[in-house]
Amino acid sequence: MDSLHIEKLNVSIGEKSILNDFTLTVPKGEVHALMGPNGTGKSTLAKVLAGHQDYHTDSGSVLLDGKEILGKEPDEISHAGLFLAFQYPLEIPGVSIANFIRAAIESRLGAEESLDAPAYYRRLYEKMDLLQIDRKFTSRSLNEGFSGGEKKRAEILQMAMLEPTYCILDETDSGLDIDALKVVSNGVNFMRSNERGSLIITHYQRLLDYIVPDVVHVMWDGRIVKSGGKGLALELEEKGYDWVKDELAVACS
Amino acid sequence: MSATETIDLDFEKGNFHYDTEYDYDAGTGLSEATIDYISGVKEEDSWVRDFRMKGLRTFTDKPMPTHWATRDLDNIDFNKIRYYLSKGQTPSRTWEEVPEDVKNTFERLGIPEQERKFLAGVEAQFDSEAAYSRMKDDLAKEGVIFVGSTEGLREHPEIFRRWFGKVIPTSDNKFSALNSAVFSGGSFIYVPPGVKVKQPLQAYFRINAENFGQFERTLIIADEGSEVTYMEGCTAPKFETSTLHSAVVELVALKGAKIQYITVQNWSNNVFNLVTKRARAEEEAEVKWIDCNIGSRLTMKYPGVILKGRKARGEVLSIALAGDGQHQDTGAKMIHAADETSSNIIAKSISVGTGRSSYRGIVNVPRNLKGCKNNTECDALLINSNSRTDTYPAITVRGDGNSVQHEASVSKVSAEQIFYMRQRGLSEAQAMSLSVNGFVNDLVREFPMEYSVELKRLIEMEMEGSVG
Ligand SMILES: Nc1ncnc2c1ncn2[C@@H]1O[C@H](COP(=O)(O)OP(=O)(O)OP(=O)(O)O)[C@@H](O)[C@H]1O
Ligand SMILES: [Mg+2]
Repeated sequence: MDSLHIEKLNVSIGEKSILNDFTLTVPKGEVHALMGPNGTGKSTLAKVLAGHQDYHTDSGSVLLDGKEILGKEPDEISHAGLFLAFQYPLEIPGVSIANFIRAAIESRLGAEESLDAPAYYRRLYEKMDLLQIDRKFTSRSLNEGFSGGEKKRAEILQMAMLEPTYCILDETDSGLDIDALKVVSNGVNFMRSNERGSLIITHYQRLLDYIVPDVVHVMWDGRIVKSGGKGLALELEEKGYDWVKDELAVACS
Repeated sequence: MSATETIDLDFEKGNFHYDTEYDYDAGTGLSEATIDYISGVKEEDSWVRDFRMKGLRTFTDKPMPTHWATRDLDNIDFNKIRYYLSKGQTPSRTWEEVPEDVKNTFERLGIPEQERKFLAGVEAQFDSEAAYSRMKDDLAKEGVIFVGSTEGLREHPEIFRRWFGKVIPTSDNKFSALNSAVFSGGSFIYVPPGVKVKQPLQAYFRINAENFGQFERTLIIADEGSEVTYMEGCTAPKFETSTLHSAVVELVALKGAKIQYITVQNWSNNVFNLVTKRARAEEEAEVKWIDCNIGSRLTMKYPGVILKGRKARGEVLSIALAGDGQHQDTGAKMIHAADETSSNIIAKSISVGTGRSSYRGIVNVPRNLKGCKNNTECDALLINSNSRTDTYPAITVRGDGNSVQHEASVSKVSAEQIFYMRQRGLSEAQAMSLSVNGFVNDLVREFPMEYSVELKRLIEMEMEGSVG
């Protein structure tokens, strides 16, 4: 029950099928890594989980702590506790980071509740310090003119402020220099808890040196073809995806 | 006096109305008899009645400007409109004396509360006449006049007659002529030399009756070195049939005076809002129009400043929000008529769904002038692919010593941006209003605080209404 459970998910866009019987369970308290070659459907999976309407779900189910979230609105899914750190975060002109996160938090409050502004800013600054984001960023328009690395940090900042139950990080490490990688990993590790599950999409085993996963999955052609411990990522880095492909070919013949 | 039962109640602030009985009703349709009726109940001097009759003739003679404006204007049926409705021509000086249903209306719109909090004076117009009008005593002692047009023309002709109809001639356009024929209500303000009115004066225009036409007439004269800020708010309930609002607003800023005129318009989408607003700025005077157009079926409004004296400054900051099915045809006019005059126009429009925004501007600097400056900035934001936006800037700057700067941009809120915001928990409407607020943010920062809060709330309400 206490998991993000994806069961036989089939997703297509137009005529093209992208996810094929995709099945995966991320229990609360665990961090899973998802690796796979370009175009295999990792980001598609992430967006479908978050309720993106462009994709057509042919069949399957996605249970968040036992509750179906497929077909729900993106904001409902967010309120249910799922957070997606985007591979390509969008720019929101004129809306400061502080006001944006504030609006996101306020969207979770009941009609009678109101946000405690001083407490909010204290918490925001605390998380910004943790992620080594300069205070002057609070008033900058979200992601507008941010460098690649700054955008990724801003994603983790939002995640830290919203405290979701399940986090999906789509290539949060790409575009980060080594220092930023450490900082961001630090932020993610800080949020590790028995009450939270994470799915980390990445191409590089290097990230997994900092965020040590409980399970590593390899995705190929819209499904998971291999799962294992942390060692799997190392093996993958050494041998490349052809190795998985060859193994698959053997298994299928 | 009359029953005070609520007919309609909606979550939207302005969308309710009381079934009111009127003691004065000019009936339906427009003729010389209508004007005789209006002029009669107001006990006007013959020059005012003549002014009205000339207005009627000009209105009848002028064609509808559909050769350049939208054909939707042809849908106004002038024979179905009620041109004058009131419970009397003398406004109360205390809220207690205001008839119950009218008082309740303004209570619900929050006017008495705002008056207590931050206003120096209030005039509250209900259909054709002001029901309440009051200004702080100390301002009266300083010689400030803040009354309705009926009272202004009757009690202070020596001040108002000189400028009445001089900034905007009757024949300016078909609707200024219509207003000249049937005007009623609006504010007449005079600020004596050197007097600086610190808090804003506010007028609130409320349409309550169906098929009604509201034609207020406002004239503000800021004498030498004086300062005044005037705010107007407007609402109407949602009726099936269309309603016409056609005001004329004239401002006169004498040497070194400053006038700031702020509009918070929130018409329901059955209102044709066809308004002529213009100011005359003498030497070193400054006029700033802050004009926000939210709601209405069609708004046509191009506030202008005639920069008459050396170093006069004119500014128009405008925001137009065209929701589904609405058309905001707005802009600004800056007529430079003296050396070293400067003007600034910042216009931001937002179109949502099938909403349509047009910017129309005129900036004119003739060849013989020196040291004039204009800056024009038009930005459009489109939310949803059906939206349409047009820009007709018409900037004519002649002569070597004058400078002009013009920028225009069109941006879009993409489905991916909305998805991103919704992933963080915002509803579609919240995501849209946040984008809109982000878009107008740098402009709103220039507005007085009370006004920017109100504007933000109105934008949210409009966005709520525009998603399914
Ligand atoms: N909106 C779309 N329209 C058409 N094709 C799409 C769309 N979104 C994804 N695809 C296609 O689906 C496939 C999977 O894309 P996806 O972005 O999920 O891959 P990915 O595994 O995240 O790749 P990468 O490692 O490069 O980020 C690709 O072939 C992509 O072109
Ligand atoms: Mg991807």
